[in-house]
Amino acid sequence: MVESESREAIIPRVLVTKIGLDGHDRGSRIVAAWLRDSGMEVIYTAPWQKIDTVVKLTQEEDVDVLAVSSLATDHLLIPKLMAALREAGYQHVKVVVGGIVPDADEAILLDSGVSRVFHTGSTKEEVVQRISEFAEEARKAPAVVTFD
Amino acid sequence: MAVKKNRPKPWLKRLLNGDRTVLSRAISVLENETNEASAIIRGIYPHLGNAMVVGFTGSPGVGKSTLVNSYIKLLCEKGLQVGVIAVDPSSPLSGGAILGDRIRMAAQEHLRNLFIRSLASRCHVGGLSRATSRVVDVMDAAGMDVIIIETVGAGQSEVEIAEIASTKVVVCAPGMGDDIQAIKAGILEIADILVVNKCDLPLTNHTNRQLKAMLVLREALPDWTTPVLNTSAIDGTGVSELSDAIDEYKGVLAQRNSDGKDKGKKRMLRLLANSVADKVKKDLLETTSLEMDSICDAVLKGELMFNEATNRVIDKLLSHQ
Repeated sequence: MVESESREAIIPRVLVTKIGLDGHDRGSRIVAAWLRDSGMEVIYTAPWQKIDTVVKLTQEEDVDVLAVSSLATDHLLIPKLMAALREAGYQHVKVVVGGIVPDADEAILLDSGVSRVFHTGSTKEEVVQRISEFAEEARKAPAVVTFD
Repeated sequence: MAVKKNRPKPWLKRLLNGDRTVLSRAISVLENETNEASAIIRGIYPHLGNAMVVGFTGSPGVGKSTLVNSYIKLLCEKGLQVGVIAVDPSSPLSGGAILGDRIRMAAQEHLRNLFIRSLASRCHVGGLSRATSRVVDVMDAAGMDVIIIETVGAGQSEVEIAEIASTKVVVCAPGMGDDIQAIKAGILEIADILVVNKCDLPLTNHTNRQLKAMLVLREALPDWTTPVLNTSAIDGTGVSELSDAIDEYKGVLAQRNSDGKDKGKKRMLRLLANSVADKVKKDLLETTSLEMDSICDAVLKGELMFNEATNRVIDKLLSHQ
C-alpha cells in the first residue's frame, strides 16, 4: 500500500474531454480553466475523442479524475467508456459527467459507475470541491502497482 | 539485457518489458518525489543509456508540438518505440496547469508504439520540470528507442534542455526577430540543429539566411556544422531531412562519447544546484524576520549592493543551521 500523508499533498491530475460527435466545447474549456485556477493539473483534449483514445490517455497521463462533458446525448456512450476503463484495469479512476443530462438518464450513468453528474447551473465551488475530493479518493484506492 | 543475480522485482520486470501502466505510475511517483521514488531510480539505474534523447525547444507558437507530431509519425512508421515528454507551464499563482500539447499529436494517438506524457513545469524555470531528467530515465528503461522532450515555449535563456537532451533542435518561425536577435546569447547557442518551421510563410528564406549568418560568427566545431533546415509541419516538407540530420548528429555524438559517465555527474551537480536554489528561495520568501527586512531596506536605499547583500543572507542562513 502507498503511504498516505505525502500523497495527499500531491497536485490532482484531471483529464477533461468529450467523446462522440458533439463539438460544443465551451463548457469543457470553462471547467478546465476553473480546475487550473484552483491548482489542479488538467489534461485537456479537443472534442470528438474515441473511447479507446480516452482509455489510452487515462493510462499515459495517470489521471485521478476523468471529467467528460456532454451536451448532445453523447452521455449515452458513457456506460461503454466505463466498461472499457474497467477492462483496462482503471476502476480506481473517478469519472464525472457534466453538461446536459436528462434526469431520466442520470441513473443509467450512476449505475454504470459514474461518480457524479453535474447538471447545468452547477457552481464553480461545487465542481472544484467535488472533483478535488474525488481525486483524493482515487489516490486512496489500492495502488495499481507498488515499487519496492 | 543484463541478467541480475537476484530475481528482478515484479514491477521492474514489467517496466523493462514496456508495460505502460507501470511506466505511467512510475512517472507520477518520480514527479511527486514520493517515498517509492528512490526504489525506482535504484531499480532502473543499471538499465539506462539505450535511448536517443532529442529536445525540441523554441518560442511559444513556433510550431514545436506540430513539428514533433510530424517527426513522431515518421519514427513510428519505422517501427521504433517513441516516448514524448511534453512540458507546459504551471500557473505561478494557483500552481495549476492546462496541459494541451498532445492535442497537436492527436493524429498519432492510436499508435501502440507511441507513449506521450504531459508534465507541468511546476514553476521550475528553465523550460522543463524538475523531474524531467528522471522521466527520461524511466522511459529509457521501459525500452523507448527515441525520447522526445518538448519544452515550455522558451524565451532566450531557457537552456536547461541542453543538460538533458543529447540532440537539441531549436525551432524558429519566419520573421521572428532581426539579425541582432540572432546574435544575442541564449537559446540559439545550444542548437545542434536549427529549424525554420512554417516554411510555407513569407520571410522563410530571410530568416534562414539570418540564422546561417549567426552561425558563421560562432566558433566552428571540428566535427559538426549546425544545419538550418526549413520545415512545414502541415504538409510535411523537410521533416524527413530533419530526421536525417538528427540521425547524422547521433553518429557524431557516438564518436565523441568518451566521457559519458562524467557528464552524467556534472548534470546531476547542476540539477542539484538548481534544486538547492529553489528550496532556499521558497524558504526565504516564506519567512519574515527583522534582519531580512533591514537587509532589503538597505539594498533598496543603495546602502548595500546585491552581491554583498547576497553574501550576508547566505551567512545568515548558514548560521541558523
